[in-house]
Parts: sequence; C-alpha cells; structure tokens
Amino acid sequence: MTKRSEWYFGEYGGRYVPETLMPALEELDEAYRRYAGDPDFNRELLALYQEYSGRPTPLYCAERFSRELGKGRVYLKREDLNHTGAHKINNTLGQILLAKRMGKKRIVAETGAGQHGVATATVAAKFGLECVIYMGEVDMARQALNVFRMKLLGAEVRPVTSGSRTLKDAGNEALRDWVTHVDDTYFLFGSVAGPHPYPVIVRDFQSIIGKETREQILAKTGRLPDYVVACVGGGSNAMGIFYPFLEDPEVQLIGVEAAGKGLDSGEHAASLGMGKPGVFQGAKSYLLMDDDGQIKEAYSISAGLDYPGVGPEHSWLKDSGRAEYQSVTDQEALDAFKYLSVTEGIIPALESAHAIAVGMKIASRLKEGQICIINVSGRGDKDIFTVAKETGVSL
Amino acid sequence: MNRVAECFELKRRQNQKVLIPYMMGGYPNLPDSAAALEILAEAGADLIEVGIPFSDPLADGPVIQAAGQQALTNGCTFSRLMQELGPVVKALPIPVMMMAYYNIIFQRGVRRFVEEIKDNGFSGVIVPDLPPEEADELRDAGREFEIGLSFLVAPTSTSQRIRSASHGSTGFIYAVSLKGVTGAREHLPPELPEFLQRIRRQTDKPVAVGFGIAQPWQAQRIAQMADGIIVGSAVIQRMSEEQGLKSAGMFLREMREAIGK
Repeated sequence: MTKRSEWYFGEYGGRYVPETLMPALEELDEAYRRYAGDPDFNRELLALYQEYSGRPTPLYCAERFSRELGKGRVYLKREDLNHTGAHKINNTLGQILLAKRMGKKRIVAETGAGQHGVATATVAAKFGLECVIYMGEVDMARQALNVFRMKLLGAEVRPVTSGSRTLKDAGNEALRDWVTHVDDTYFLFGSVAGPHPYPVIVRDFQSIIGKETREQILAKTGRLPDYVVACVGGGSNAMGIFYPFLEDPEVQLIGVEAAGKGLDSGEHAASLGMGKPGVFQGAKSYLLMDDDGQIKEAYSISAGLDYPGVGPEHSWLKDSGRAEYQSVTDQEALDAFKYLSVTEGIIPALESAHAIAVGMKIASRLKEGQICIINVSGRGDKDIFTVAKETGVSL
Repeated sequence: MNRVAECFELKRRQNQKVLIPYMMGGYPNLPDSAAALEILAEAGADLIEVGIPFSDPLADGPVIQAAGQQALTNGCTFSRLMQELGPVVKALPIPVMMMAYYNIIFQRGVRRFVEEIKDNGFSGVIVPDLPPEEADELRDAGREFEIGLSFLVAPTSTSQRIRSASHGSTGFIYAVSLKGVTGAREHLPPELPEFLQRIRRQTDKPVAVGFGIAQPWQAQRIAQMADGIIVGSAVIQRMSEEQGLKSAGMFLREMREAIGK
C-alpha cells in the first residue's frame, strides 16, 4: 500500500473514486513503481520514442518570429512533429507498455478533441489490444476527422450522450466502463489529472519533453531559458516541459489557459485563473463550478483546452508561486495561430496557439540575450476547418 | 448511537431485514420528491436514502444520471432541497440518509454540510466517491453531529480494505453487489454469496447490499445473506411513469413482502 501523503501535491490530488477502483489504482501504482526504474522497460520506451514517434523532437530557434517582436530569442519545442501530430503519444506509448506488462487485454480512454483518442488508438493498434474510446457527441461532430482516424486505426468510438456531451462526460463514461470491466481493462488516462497515480504517471512520461528541452537549450546556448511557456487544459504538455525545470528558480514557468470569449463572459476554460479548489474525476484541484459544487461546462475555441478541471500538480505550482498562469482569448489565439504560420511556416494546433500568444507578449519585452521557449504541443491540421469558419472562409 | 445504527440494531433483534429505497432529491420535481419520502415510508421502507443531484455522477448508471440531470434542470439546489425536504424528513418515523458526491460536501465545507443535514433531520451520509483514506474530516464531523457514515465495499476490495471500511462505518457497511455502476440488472453476479461471506469474516457490523437489485425475487435471495437491501434505479424508474409515486410505492410494497416484515 502506498501512503496517502504520496497521493498529494500539497493539498491537491488524492484518490476520490468509487471503492471498486481503489484496488485497481493500487495495482497500477505498484506496477508503475516496478517498471519506472526497470532498464528493460525504459529501453523499450526509448526505442519507441526514437523509432516510432520520431524523438527527440527539435528545439527550433524561431528567428523571424523573434526578430519581428523584440530583442531576445524564441525557441519552439516541436512536439507537433511527433507521430500522430502532438505530444499525446509520449504518454500513450508509456502507458501501453505498462498495460501490456500488467496483462490487460482491453484499453479504454476518453478524448475531447480526439488527439488523445488518436494517440491511444494508435498504440493499441501497434500492440494489438482491443480499444474503446469515449467521446462526447458534441465533440464527435466538431472533430469528425479525428473520429474517422480512430476508426481507421481499429478503435471503437462510443458516443457519449450524457451531461454536456463533451470531454468531462467522456471521462465519466470511460471511468464507468473501467468500473465495470476492471479485471481485464486498462484505463489509459490522457492528462495529468484524475486519481493518483495518473497525475504522476502522465507527468513522468511527458517529462521527456522538458528533459530534451533542457539538454537542447544548454547545448545550443550554454544557458537555461528565462521563460518556458505552455498551454494548459488538463495540463499534460505543460507539466511535461515544466517538470525538469522545477529546480531551476531562474527559469520562469508560464502556463496559459483558454480565456475563450473573455474571462468576464463566463465562457472560458480558465480553471486556475477563475476556479476554486474542488473534487472532480478523482482528484482535488482547481475547478470551474457553481456555488453548489456542480461542475460547469468549460468553453474554448480549442477543443483540447475546454476542460473544467486541471491537473493537481498545476494547482500546487500555482499556489506555491513556482509557476504563473495566464489566459488568452480565442481571438488572441487565432492571431497567434496566423502569426506563427506566416513568420515561420509552422501551423500550430489551436491549443498551442494559446501558448504562442503569450510567447509573443513575452518576446516583445525580452532583452538582448534573453531566451523564451514555447512548447508547440501539436500541429494545426486538425483545426483548419475551425479557423476557416472563424475567419469567414468556406472550404 | 445514531439513528441509522439504531434502525439496523432494532431490525436485527427482531430478526428482520432493513429495506432501503433510494430516491433522487428534486425528482421528478421538488414537491413530488418530498411526497415520495412519505409514500416510501408508508410502503414499508425502514430507512430512505436521498440522492443529491450532481452534474458528474460517475458511480451511477443511466437511470439515476437522468433523474439527477432532470432535477438540476428543474433548478434544484442544495438549499432548496433542504427547505423542501427538511420538514418532511423531520416528521418521518424512520431515519433518512443522504447520498452525495464529495464535491457537493467539500464546497459547502465538510463540517457545515454535516451540521446542515443534521439540522434538517437527516441521520446519515453515504459518499460514493470517498474511500476511507480520504474521509478523516467527514468522520470527525459525523462523530460530532451523530451522523451515521457508511463506507462502500466492492467485490474488488481486499480483506484489509473491507476492515477499514467497516472500521469507519457507523451505521452499516454498503456492499456494492457487482463491478459496475448503479442500475437494474437481470442477473446478479454468481460470486455475490461468496463476496458477502468474505465481508462477514471481516466484520460483525450490519451489511446492506445495493447496486443492480431490481426484482423482488433477487431481494428475497440476497436478504437471506445480508442485513439490508438497497434498491434505487428500479424505484426511480417507476417514478418516471404516470402516477409514478404511486407505482413506486406499490413496487416497494412488493419488495417489502419479498424480504419479509
């Protein structure tokens, strides 16, 4: 048995789940502890990262982007160049190896925009495991392309019609499936949220982003960056790039949430900025909810950020002051999306465009020799239709 | 001793089983849910469990999800629920427990929540997403206000976990009959008797079985192995019918007869 204190980051985290799942979480925790330090496991994972996903991803100096804005230099961590087009596969590759070693036959996962669903369906196909993806009906309509990709990969996509029919409801439904099939099923959670040990497991697998970034920037410039910027929905790409810099106080860590139509509009996804601590989907963390504790629907132009909760470690980093959290609106994200496209020839995911928008503000203030790193968590192909619609273009 | 524990104690001495219907607060609407309390009590309930509607009820199946959703759509809030149900709960001859997801409790403040339900006549609380490890604050408040607390045990629970659930439970232990969410099932798992024996080996505290029980014959069989029967979705399903409260009452009478007085 693990100690309860290990389930928490400060006062955030924990295991708030039905009793049926408690032994399964304990089993997962034990398996993860066993394999996290196992050389064979890590060799296999590294080989997959390199030969299957294309790691290490480049740390690219965005010269034109930087020069137009200010005196410093902006580097982009190119997670968009991963197989399947986003950082999500760092986690699904790690967890599928765990599922295999635990002898599980079936994978369930939740997805919002479909990126985690695609990354899960991909690894399930590669390892020959049955795969069921839960996706809100509303999201299925918004992200028809990803639904088709998952089906092509052999996964079953089950529409979720309960609640708000988006990511949070898909998460509930995946948990209900897991409760029902707990013996042979592995719940492959996609973010640094959920009950312990998921926030730790997902962060550890994603921290390959930060490890590479740290080595790359030291190799290129001989120093650490002044800023590291990443977008935050549940917070997995941000946690992955932040984590290896936590002990470097000179590096400012900035997470960017979705302000949607504006923080005053009520239509946003700024759990850290506008929420308060609560308990949702297994963990205590900042949350968007009403006074009674009913969870609110989050909104963002980016389907990957509209989650009413956030990983507990981010809540802790916020309260402790180690990381700072800002938010940008749909419009600012769209502007950043276009700016990166035309200055560097890189079309980012709308999620990542939120980080780029803050990166642009920082870049304009940078002094000579200062460095800002932005995590480009995914590529923007999936968002082309949304962006066209927002800008009045019909395709 | 809190009223929930007293209820089980009394029934045990009379060699009878405790019948516990579950209903959703605010469903089908606020006034009817208050009336439902009286109807279920008259129909032979020994104890009633009232669910607080929650936006994300991850332990519940479709019937209870939909009932909670409708209650929320109707504008049911915790305060309105207490205003409407409180006077009825206080006047009932039987104890009433509350089933609430933890965020509802946490948002109000654990101690304040327990004090408020006590003031409104409730005798206990069940929290489906709160394992014993996370329940220190609720246990303290329960002790202070003499509010019964029932932890859940599941077919996956280890002996050690059954002991810790039993240790923390001050009314009865809630045995989840199956791996899964709430909702009527045609067949209950064949391992159920063995699971209940496993619980008995770890504890002398009363055990009530819930999840999946929908038929009088199922209740009858399980009652032989347990101290109480909890029936939820099957009751709520009937409330959605025309003359719903009446047919829920009739159904509960059948259950009562099946498990004996």
